Amino acid sequence: MQKNYFLGKLSGLFIFSAVLVLLGALLGSTGASWNFIESDQAIVLDIRLPRSLGAYLAGALLGLAGGIAQSLFRNPLADPYLLGSASGALLGVASILCFGYLGNTWLEMIGLNGGAFIGALLGVLASLVLAGGYQSSLRLLLSGVVISVILGAGNSLFTFIRPDLFQNIQSFMLGNTTLLSWSGVEMMAIALVLCLLVTLIISPVLDALSLGENTARTLGLPLDQLRLVLIGILALATGCAVAQTGLIAFVGLAAPHLVRKLAGGRQRVQLLFSCLGGGILLLASDLIARTLFAPIEIPVGIITAVLGGLYLLVLLRRISLEVHA
Amino acid sequence: MKTHQLNVYRGPCAILSNLNLDIPQGKWTSVIGPNGAGKSSLLQAIVGLLRWDGSINIDGVDISTFTNQELAKKIAWLDQGSSVPDELGNPLSVYEVVMLGRLPHQGWLHLPSEADHLMVEQALRLSDAWQLRHRPLQKLSGGERQRVLLARLLAVGSDILLMDEPLANLDPPHQADFLQWQDNLLGQGKTLVTVLHEIHFALRADHVIMLNQGKLHFQGSSQDPATHQALIALFDNRIRLEKLGSDWVALPS
Repeated sequence: MQKNYFLGKLSGLFIFSAVLVLLGALLGSTGASWNFIESDQAIVLDIRLPRSLGAYLAGALLGLAGGIAQSLFRNPLADPYLLGSASGALLGVASILCFGYLGNTWLEMIGLNGGAFIGALLGVLASLVLAGGYQSSLRLLLSGVVISVILGAGNSLFTFIRPDLFQNIQSFMLGNTTLLSWSGVEMMAIALVLCLLVTLIISPVLDALSLGENTARTLGLPLDQLRLVLIGILALATGCAVAQTGLIAFVGLAAPHLVRKLAGGRQRVQLLFSCLGGGILLLASDLIARTLFAPIEIPVGIITAVLGGLYLLVLLRRISLEVHA
Repeated sequence: MKTHQLNVYRGPCAILSNLNLDIPQGKWTSVIGPNGAGKSSLLQAIVGLLRWDGSINIDGVDISTFTNQELAKKIAWLDQGSSVPDELGNPLSVYEVVMLGRLPHQGWLHLPSEADHLMVEQALRLSDAWQLRHRPLQKLSGGERQRVLLARLLAVGSDILLMDEPLANLDPPHQADFLQWQDNLLGQGKTLVTVLHEIHFALRADHVIMLNQGKLHFQGSSQDPATHQALIALFDNRIRLEKLGSDWVALPS
């Protein structure tokens, strides 16, 4: 019985996702393209489809990373950026922009996407080093906060030295889906399949952690090793997403909450649905960003923050009503 | 199960030292002592949560030679009280919680087998929690939750069960059920080790271990007068023991 419900819900999320991707391919800031004449075909296949698929995949990666972060740290306010990946990615982009004019071929090869990816991974690595390992969730969380502040200060220094870069950095901070290409889609698709498969296999460790860390340890699970793998997946998924779309706010935080009632308690379902929910949230936000004030597009990060924030407010209200009841 | 010159450490400090314990197989052993005596730490060391040296043997085999999974199959542990974190507000159902007890027996994909489902059902029925199986754990009362966590312990299918204050949050009828439950488990040949504050329950065990300030104070049969004398001395002669029917009860002296 439960299996059928699961399949029904999963199918519903997949169908909704497919409809959104289709809409994303057809809708643009200049209106809908229903006739597939040659020029429209190029717009649909080379611009809108990779953008829509890319936005969906980036959202899915962030949703998965958010779900992992919340379950691993047992904290409903945890998001994919909490281990220093956001400030690391931002510093990576700022470094490339700042030193790019020097004509360094290495920097040119890395590019902005590569800079963001490497920065995000280095941010997480720095948090791990500062925490002295991955055994203590609290130390790791505090280290993430410290690293975010330090890297943020580095980023402020770059914008102070090169104020002309402020607009580019601001654009990265608000998130951007307009430049998504097929190569970015391929990269994110590979990362998503890899991260999702490994996460689904080792997700019972997160279920066990819900009974407390000590009890989880007595169930024969290699808790420390699995925790490190999950942090690696969190860093990889976040790094891949921010490298392609910038720092899109709230998707990683809101997606797990959006699907929590639907998914039930088991982490395997919760994380799979978080992934799909993240994709849906980001792509739906992107569609709104494209069409709300068409032909002007607004940064997608603003829409995700408004939608995600409103939903969390509704959730908070519902929880407080339940408590009073 | 035997320990020889067992020292247990929390960080760099030894909190239990030089313990030579004999825990009889297939019997119920109670661990008693004042607060801070190291009762919970003893159980935590046995299941590998605290660093120790010396030796702990099961059937003559040192448990340090077991892998985590082998140890998890041999010894099941119930944490103190019935507190379960609820930060995420997405509780597992009772059935799913009890199924977690089967993790040591599952393959790398952790897909439950028919045998796993059967063990979970038996454990839930035995702890009188079958009717709660669809409810979220966090919505249960303290006593109901304790019964579910006992079922989780039982679902592991271990021969040795370590329980840290298993009677916490149970009302008197369910405390009586617990004793009945213990008898059933002993009938199945299980070895039970419980940390108990309730002395009258502790004295219903077959064997008693008394700890004080990290050291062994006394160990022996619960019915032995020497054990009773040691127990009174353990609490600085501030209690006396009276026979009530077939049970011993502790009263203020």
